[in-house]
Amino acid sequence: MPRTPSPSAGKSRKQGRRGPLATISLLAVGLLFTGGAYAAFSTSTASAETPAAVSAASVEDGKKLFQANCASCHGLALEGTENAPSLIGVGAAAVDFQVGTGRMPMQAHGPQAPDKPVQFTEDQIQSLAQYVASTAPGPAIPDESLLDGEGDVANGAELFRINCAMCHNVAGAGGALTEGKWAPGLSGVDPAHIYEAMVTGPQNMPVFNDTNLTPEDKRDVISALKFMENSPAPGGNQLGSLGPVAEGLFLWIFGLGSIVAITVWITARSN
Amino acid sequence: MNTVTAPAEPKPAVPVKKSGGFTAAASNYIDERTSISTAVKELGRKIFPDHWSFLLGEVALYSFVIILLSGTFLTFFFQASMAEVHYEGSYVPLKGIEMSAAMASTMDISFDVRGGLLMRQVHHWAALLFVASIGLHMLRIFFTGAFRKPRELNWVIGFILFILAMAEGFTGYSLPDDLLSGNGLRIIDGMVKGIPLIGTWTSFLLFGGEFPGTDIVGRLYSLHILLLPAIILVLIALHLLFVVVHKHTQYSGPGRTQQNVVGYPVLPVYAAKAGGFFFIVFGVVMVIASLFSINPIWNYGPYDPSPVSAGTQPDWYIGFADGILRLAPPHLDVVLFDHTFSFGILIPLGLVGLFIMLVLFYPFIEAWITGDKREHHILDRPRNAATRTAIGAAGVTFYAVLWAAASSDLIATHFKLTMEGVIHTLQVMLFAGPVIAYFIAKRTCLALQKKDRSIALHGYESGRIVRLPGGEYIEVHEPVDDFERWKLVSHESYQPLMIRPDSRGRITVAQRVRAGLSRWFFEDRIDPITRAELESSHSNHH
Repeated sequence: MPRTPSPSAGKSRKQGRRGPLATISLLAVGLLFTGGAYAAFSTSTASAETPAAVSAASVEDGKKLFQANCASCHGLALEGTENAPSLIGVGAAAVDFQVGTGRMPMQAHGPQAPDKPVQFTEDQIQSLAQYVASTAPGPAIPDESLLDGEGDVANGAELFRINCAMCHNVAGAGGALTEGKWAPGLSGVDPAHIYEAMVTGPQNMPVFNDTNLTPEDKRDVISALKFMENSPAPGGNQLGSLGPVAEGLFLWIFGLGSIVAITVWITARSN
Repeated sequence: MNTVTAPAEPKPAVPVKKSGGFTAAASNYIDERTSISTAVKELGRKIFPDHWSFLLGEVALYSFVIILLSGTFLTFFFQASMAEVHYEGSYVPLKGIEMSAAMASTMDISFDVRGGLLMRQVHHWAALLFVASIGLHMLRIFFTGAFRKPRELNWVIGFILFILAMAEGFTGYSLPDDLLSGNGLRIIDGMVKGIPLIGTWTSFLLFGGEFPGTDIVGRLYSLHILLLPAIILVLIALHLLFVVVHKHTQYSGPGRTQQNVVGYPVLPVYAAKAGGFFFIVFGVVMVIASLFSINPIWNYGPYDPSPVSAGTQPDWYIGFADGILRLAPPHLDVVLFDHTFSFGILIPLGLVGLFIMLVLFYPFIEAWITGDKREHHILDRPRNAATRTAIGAAGVTFYAVLWAAASSDLIATHFKLTMEGVIHTLQVMLFAGPVIAYFIAKRTCLALQKKDRSIALHGYESGRIVRLPGGEYIEVHEPVDDFERWKLVSHESYQPLMIRPDSRGRITVAQRVRAGLSRWFFEDRIDPITRAELESSHSNHH
């Protein structure tokens, strides 16, 4: 058995005062300080902003924003036009979903409004939501306690398979609808937006009201989705969770492709 | 030891220890008791020609071995029962959910049996590779004309193996009793019920009552691990026996004739290569199975007749059947005598059946049309059999359109198209595509033949421009070497059959049809170069 002397002892004897790790640890300390300071600074600015946002959010601001950005299609009194539906009674939840995911304002008329970079700041969206909610009662923005992802995952997954998977796919990868419409993929969607989508039924989606799926059920569905999203895939790369089509394409292109390449290599004559 | 001393020394009766040692003694022991050396001598001297496309059938064989090995592992833990249990394994999102014992045991294989998930994925990926390599192998056979006499029966056996492989795949895919496989079975149930008169009763027989019942998994399991593998094994043995009996085909080349095979002997070269290749295929399957997920049943959950996931598709090899159902136009149900005839199912079923029959009997159809009764051991280059290649291209296109139709929804979402647009385009392409492919392939083949002809006669363009003393510029054509030229000129030429009256002096309808088909087959052709043409072109150049 060879002796295994402790590496630090051997090294410190050879190289005088400064160990080789000193540079690295100095660097680490330096990075820690600057990073920590940056983090502290940025959180302090964020926390300074949040109360300001809440205070700035007012029905009056929302009304102005609505008239400037939404009224041309939805009408000055939210009554709707031939281009867009009425917004009376859609509630704050609908505004938070549609504007908060960038679907509204719409970029162009098409089969469906796609999600895109959000056009308004968080407090502007809150103002808009409060204004629309002030005109008629409707579903409100859900409470944080329903969005924590701590619900019953098994129940949520079963509810998802029964109620949602036919459009959104069992793994939440999305799917096709008729006439160029589609059900979007659900990975990376904010829990509040998932809840609001269920409760308001945006675009082609049906409404899942509180007698259909209780708030607790909705919490379970969100928990199941977040569990799927955050837990590592047991079987390796999921190939987009698209099922047998993706698997077949992969097998033909990469599986059989590499095998054919190998057959060519095996039978190649050495020059 | 030399020849002079050998007879001088009489061998003692006591065996002398030879340099062969244990191996020689052991092989001698076995040979004295089994006379196996005759078989080894015969098989070991079999010659196999060397070309990459000749290894595709081997890939199929090896993936079948991988499937057998991994499948045996899975049977140790799988329970083919539809008894209802509550899942209590370690996958949280299904904890406490009611499911069949089949699904629960598959979940246990995936999450609680050491190495189980890897084996499941190896089994499934190898199955996909099995069918895919058979498909590619069949395409090679078809386009090189390797199915011609005397190998027609082996084509039939091979194609039946392809169908059986699909059946194996489908029964295996249905075993876990997850949502995806249940949806697949529901489609089969619907297709069976669509058959007039016997449909409903057949479905009840199959499922032991109304779908899904409690019997189907056990029955599919018997088929999957017992009956189908046994038939496949026997047919593979027969298939390989025929390869040995017929000897392997080869591409044309100098020194290669209809009577010989140029290549390596099985022992030692070919056996070593093939043995090594098995491990390479195994390795590729292992790498894929360990890095890429396949059939994540934990996402699908247990089967329940109400939900159907978006993007529900069968494995790729059943895709064509799913595709043709998707392409069937709506409103084809006809009520006759108080019975509903679902032509939306019957027409696709009939079309698929017709397509399968055409492929199965193609060697006999082509032999009848061409009237060619000779044996063929030299393969065609696809371009030299323009009409066959064009027919093949049309068939591949037909299949590919059906295949694409099975993923119509994914095509729509991923290319931002409408589902209806995709379906309607594919409906048109199902009929127009093969026609277009036929003409493009045929013209391409003829053009390539012309190119070959000109290269053989005049050499290839060297890119070297020479200015002649008179000021004329010419590009120098370099003659091809003799080995290359052999490949360009060695194919045969066929003529359309003439209509001939039979012994009673009549011309039958069959004769006319045959002559017509033969004209269609061989009318457009570029005749191979004759010796005279070649010699005259040589004298021009030199």
